[in-house]
Amino acid sequence: MTNVTAERQEKSAVETVSVWIDGQAYDVPKTMPHPVSGEQVGTTMIQACHMHGIDVPYYCYHPKLPVAGNCRMCLVEFGTPALGPDRQPLYNEDGSPQIRKSPRPVIACATPISPGMAIYTQTPEAKQMRESVLEFLLINHPLDCPICDQAGECKLQEYAVDYGKADSRFVEQKVHKPKQVDLGPRIMLDDERCILCSRCIRFTRDIAGDDALGFADRGSYSILTNYPGKPFDNNYTLNTADICPVGALTSKDFRFQMRVWFLKETKSVCTSCGTGCNIMIGSRNDRIYRYTPRENDAVNSCWMCDYGRLNYKWINREDRLREVQQRRDGAPAKTNWSVALKEVAERIESSPSGSIGVVASARLTNEELYLVRRLVQDKDAITDSVPRMGEADHLLVDADKNPNTNGAHATGIAAKKVGADIATIADRIRQGKIKTLLVFGEDVTKHGIEADLLKELDTLVVSDILPNATTERADYLLPGCAHAEKRGTFTNAKGRVQKFMKAIEGPGDARPEWEFLHELVQRKTHDGGSANLPALFNEMAEQVPAFHGLSWGELKDTGAQASL
Amino acid sequence: MKVQRKTLSLAEKLYLPAIFKGLKITLRHMFKKKATMQYPEEHWVVPEGYRGAPYLVRDQHGRTKCVSCQLCEFVCPPKAIKITPPGPQVNPNVGNVEKEPKEFEIDMLRCIFCGYCQEVCPEEAIFLMQDYSLTGESRKEMVYDKEKLLALGGVHNDPIEKWKRKEMEAREQGVG
Ligand code: SF4
Ligand code: SF4
Ligand code: SF4
Ligand code: SF4
Ligand code: FES
Repeated sequence: MTNVTAERQEKSAVETVSVWIDGQAYDVPKTMPHPVSGEQVGTTMIQACHMHGIDVPYYCYHPKLPVAGNCRMCLVEFGTPALGPDRQPLYNEDGSPQIRKSPRPVIACATPISPGMAIYTQTPEAKQMRESVLEFLLINHPLDCPICDQAGECKLQEYAVDYGKADSRFVEQKVHKPKQVDLGPRIMLDDERCILCSRCIRFTRDIAGDDALGFADRGSYSILTNYPGKPFDNNYTLNTADICPVGALTSKDFRFQMRVWFLKETKSVCTSCGTGCNIMIGSRNDRIYRYTPRENDAVNSCWMCDYGRLNYKWINREDRLREVQQRRDGAPAKTNWSVALKEVAERIESSPSGSIGVVASARLTNEELYLVRRLVQDKDAITDSVPRMGEADHLLVDADKNPNTNGAHATGIAAKKVGADIATIADRIRQGKIKTLLVFGEDVTKHGIEADLLKELDTLVVSDILPNATTERADYLLPGCAHAEKRGTFTNAKGRVQKFMKAIEGPGDARPEWEFLHELVQRKTHDGGSANLPALFNEMAEQVPAFHGLSWGELKDTGAQASL
Repeated sequence: MKVQRKTLSLAEKLYLPAIFKGLKITLRHMFKKKATMQYPEEHWVVPEGYRGAPYLVRDQHGRTKCVSCQLCEFVCPPKAIKITPPGPQVNPNVGNVEKEPKEFEIDMLRCIFCGYCQEVCPEEAIFLMQDYSLTGESRKEMVYDKEKLLALGGVHNDPIEKWKRKEMEAREQGVG
């Protein structure tokens, strides 16, 4: 048995070979998994160089796409070990192997390495090739960077600084192509800026599985186009705007909204489904401008779906809850956090066992759900979350639209079948057994506890982000924060615990839920535990079996697996 | 170290020669042209190339030259410029230029007349002009908006007209 496993491991452990890059010897794996099929294929020169932090410029190559080799920006010189007549390697006097330099250059993105191969990335010839490739690329390029949304994150601009010439030798009229082409509901194309690298075509064909784009016409008149009459509208189109190295494909949502160099980038996680794609939030002056995917090979590779990417507008909505409110004489009145939290803690403390119900959203963070659990631990409360099932797809989208269902299970908030206990809570309210209901981030009137039933309660404590029928009826209304406005962790559908950082400030008096939950627990039990988020996570990891062994620091940027 | 004081001569001790010397200079200046100016009744005519307040300009065809590239906003040392980009709506009338600022504000209380914005502008759309004395009754009034900046800036003759040329070329080639 053990023998078999060992054998398998041996087979899967990839052989390494030694190559020389710019005169230095490096070890690189002989094969690497193909980005689409996953099969082991020969490591290419560009992979070998990038693995060791050696820069080789490129346009059409993308680590997660099949190789096309059409831009020629990655041209390098190379050589192979010189062999004597006896097919044995020859050595220099100092003992180093003799290299026979190839007379012609090769593209680093498509040439596999071989043992003892020497790659030259910095020779004057290599640099000259880059300069010439760039000169060709710029012949018909409009160079309208001031009105181009890619400026600031454009590979053509960057390499033009490194390898470009100040003057153009091209005096003829440039070829003009269509601008502002409507490719689909979320993507706008500028054919003049396209450098025909085919990244977008390969992405949508091989990754998204929708062969929607292609080149038409020939020579310098080539243009990118969608099939006539068939809009480019799958759920992954916006990834092509990310991977387009120039400003040809742009997001209609983000287009001309803000220059990228003003955006502050914050590492976060998408909350639109259970997959939890890693994202970067781009914000300026407390306004979110865009989400972009952040690489995490264990979750989303380099991609995210369009729905999740555009699902951020609610965070900047005008009608966000900003005030702490308390119902006085039947009408909601403004109060402050210390008064509200003191009274809520007292009401929970004085409630008899079994008279509390809790509906806590599976959109809350692990830490918050853990604190909710602690808040009602000794009260024999019934707790549950609201299920949100939808459809999954072949790539990233999960059927569960809650970002943290596994967290709600792990902390003991959600019932085994999520939402099954909400009916029980409704029944007990009807029977007059439950007198206090705590609702976090859900509109319970839409999920089985009708508005009329809420009138039967003595105390309804509601925390939410946007107003709804439940917040309207709250005795205590505690304004909470969106994930972009706080730190925390989610446990995704596969049980990966991932942390996210704070990008912007919450509006008005709104506070992160974990902050006021911590204060409530502190007031009620006089032992609130950790008062800052990393310590709170570590405390939770000790208390909750599923998170044993995890720590905030070790989650790093890409998360860690929980034992569910 | 001890410094030896200079012993004064008789003339120096008397002070009078020094006083007359001073009076002579005063007298000479009394008959010269005045160096001061009766501001604000009189205004100083600034020399060519003077860097006063930055204003936006239009070209000879009335197009706002600024394309909202936001480089000036980035480079401005005291962060006096605030630009609101136009957003994604396609304006069918703009042709190749595609974009102009929705709003463009310069806080003249912050501006230090450094000229970086003019220097960095790739479109020759902003110029430091001759105004040096800007007044207002509130801070808000001193934030000049797009309309005001364009009105004050006036027209700048654009000899190159690159956008127009691009549009003509495109039309000749049958696109756009
Ligand atoms: S694609 Fe890059 S080089 Fe081309 S106009 Fe846009 S920013 Fe400039
Ligand atoms: S649109 Fe962008 S990604 Fe697609 S071929 Fe052109 S340059 Fe490449
Ligand atoms: S002149 Fe200087 S300080 Fe004034 S707006 Fe321009 S860059 Fe800013
Ligand atoms: S640098 Fe020139 S074109 Fe760009 S935003 Fe400023 S004024 Fe407008
Ligand atoms: S990156 Fe190698 S040919 Fe384009």
